[in-house]
Amino acid sequence: MSQFLILIYDEEAAYANASEEVMGKVMAGHDAFGECNEKAVAGGNALQSVTTATTVRPDGSGGFTVTDGPFVETKEALGGYYLVEAADLDEAIALAKQVPVLNGGLEVRPIMVLR
Amino acid sequence: MRVTRDIDLAEECVQDAYARALASWAAKGVPDRPGAWLTTAARNRALDVLRREALFRRAAPELVVDDVEPATVDVSDIPDDRLRLICTCCHPALGSDAQVALTLRLLCGLSTVEVARAFLVSEPTMAARITRAKKKIAAAHIPYRVPSTQDLPERVDAILAVLYLIFTTGHTAPTGDSLVRHELVARAIDLARMLHALLPGDGDVSGLLALIRLTDARRATRVDAAGELLLLQDQDRTLWDGPAIAEGSELVRVALRARPPRRYALQAAIAAVHAQAPSWAATDWGEILGLYEVLLATWPSPVVALNRAVAVGFAHGPADGLAALDELALEPLLSTYGYLPAARGEFLRRLGRDEPARLAFAEALLLTENAVERRFLSRRLAELGG
Repeated sequence: MSQFLILIYDEEAAYANASEEVMGKVMAGHDAFGECNEKAVAGGNALQSVTTATTVRPDGSGGFTVTDGPFVETKEALGGYYLVEAADLDEAIALAKQVPVLNGGLEVRPIMVLR
Repeated sequence: MRVTRDIDLAEECVQDAYARALASWAAKGVPDRPGAWLTTAARNRALDVLRREALFRRAAPELVVDDVEPATVDVSDIPDDRLRLICTCCHPALGSDAQVALTLRLLCGLSTVEVARAFLVSEPTMAARITRAKKKIAAAHIPYRVPSTQDLPERVDAILAVLYLIFTTGHTAPTGDSLVRHELVARAIDLARMLHALLPGDGDVSGLLALIRLTDARRATRVDAAGELLLLQDQDRTLWDGPAIAEGSELVRVALRARPPRRYALQAAIAAVHAQAPSWAATDWGEILGLYEVLLATWPSPVVALNRAVAVGFAHGPADGLAALDELALEPLLSTYGYLPAARGEFLRRLGRDEPARLAFAEALLLTENAVERRFLSRRLAELGG
């Protein structure tokens, strides 16, 4: 088995403007994902909005610059992730297809195994 | 692939099998099923290597990370191995360039230099592309297996897209000095035959094989003795490949049984109407136009719309064809597609409107990089006094 990170990229505005019914569906979708894939899901979290993000970069002279905002500004922001166990990429993709999204998509990244 | 579990070893074995095939076939003649022979040879070679490695591992166990045990390897199903390999090479997680390169390299046994030459890129570029793809297969855990029944149709679509791209790149080289790169056409036919043998009931696969055979049946007449482009209407149909047309037409019949009819089957059906017409004048343009209309509904692509518009011109006259083409004038995906102004030029010329025809051919010339097609367009321009 290998580990993969499923990154959820979606439009924050879509969540902010979603009706209660739509949000209910999304949350139910996440619950169902967790229940159906109890063995495969090794972890996962939703993130607070990018408006709460803080970026820290080395300034090249031994110090750091700390700025407001995400590392990269994108229309679809990283909003959460699942860490999953899968036999191979096809299985990981099959898991990703079950993760609810509104207007965005999922990125599947293999976890590097350091020996 | 089950045999080796390692794509580099598999690659080496495929290469080796081709080298042995050349030596063995030169001495003993080509076997009845060269494809199966090659897979068997590649598999035997993989087993040799693995056995040698197993011996080595027993001698130096501390050096071994991966404990493949050759004795437990299942080697019963030859076709399955090739299906696994092509599913891996054409995995949708790989870029289209990488899919094509890996397929030619691993399934057709082309060398990196040959693949690079076929796509007119430098050898280091192609080598880097292949290395990157192999790294992704390993790091992202792209599996060596036939996908589930549920995923198979989508994956077969991806494989067919790769085969079709190999074929079209060979059939009309997008750039370069010659119109056709025969080696790519031959590889596309080999691969489509292999896939058809592996998935005989798949209508899309039959459709693609039919399309390739029927299109390539006209190979001998697409350029004249001097290498200049000949239009379909000027080709000597007695030189077309009869057995290829017969095989393709039979495959079309089978492929068209799918409901609704699918893209490659419809494209092949159009090619079959051309291939079976005794002459350009006797071509059933009504049938061709009807097929394009079904194809456009199945596969709404601007290029299909362009072909349909051309068919309108031949079915109902150049004025109607021109009107149909002009409806596509604002299609952004066709704005750099040389065949649109070339088709306009042709209908304008037939209508005797020489000046706009000249402008249209001049525009087409700006958008065309194949040397043979460029010469054709230049000749049209010269005939129009441009």
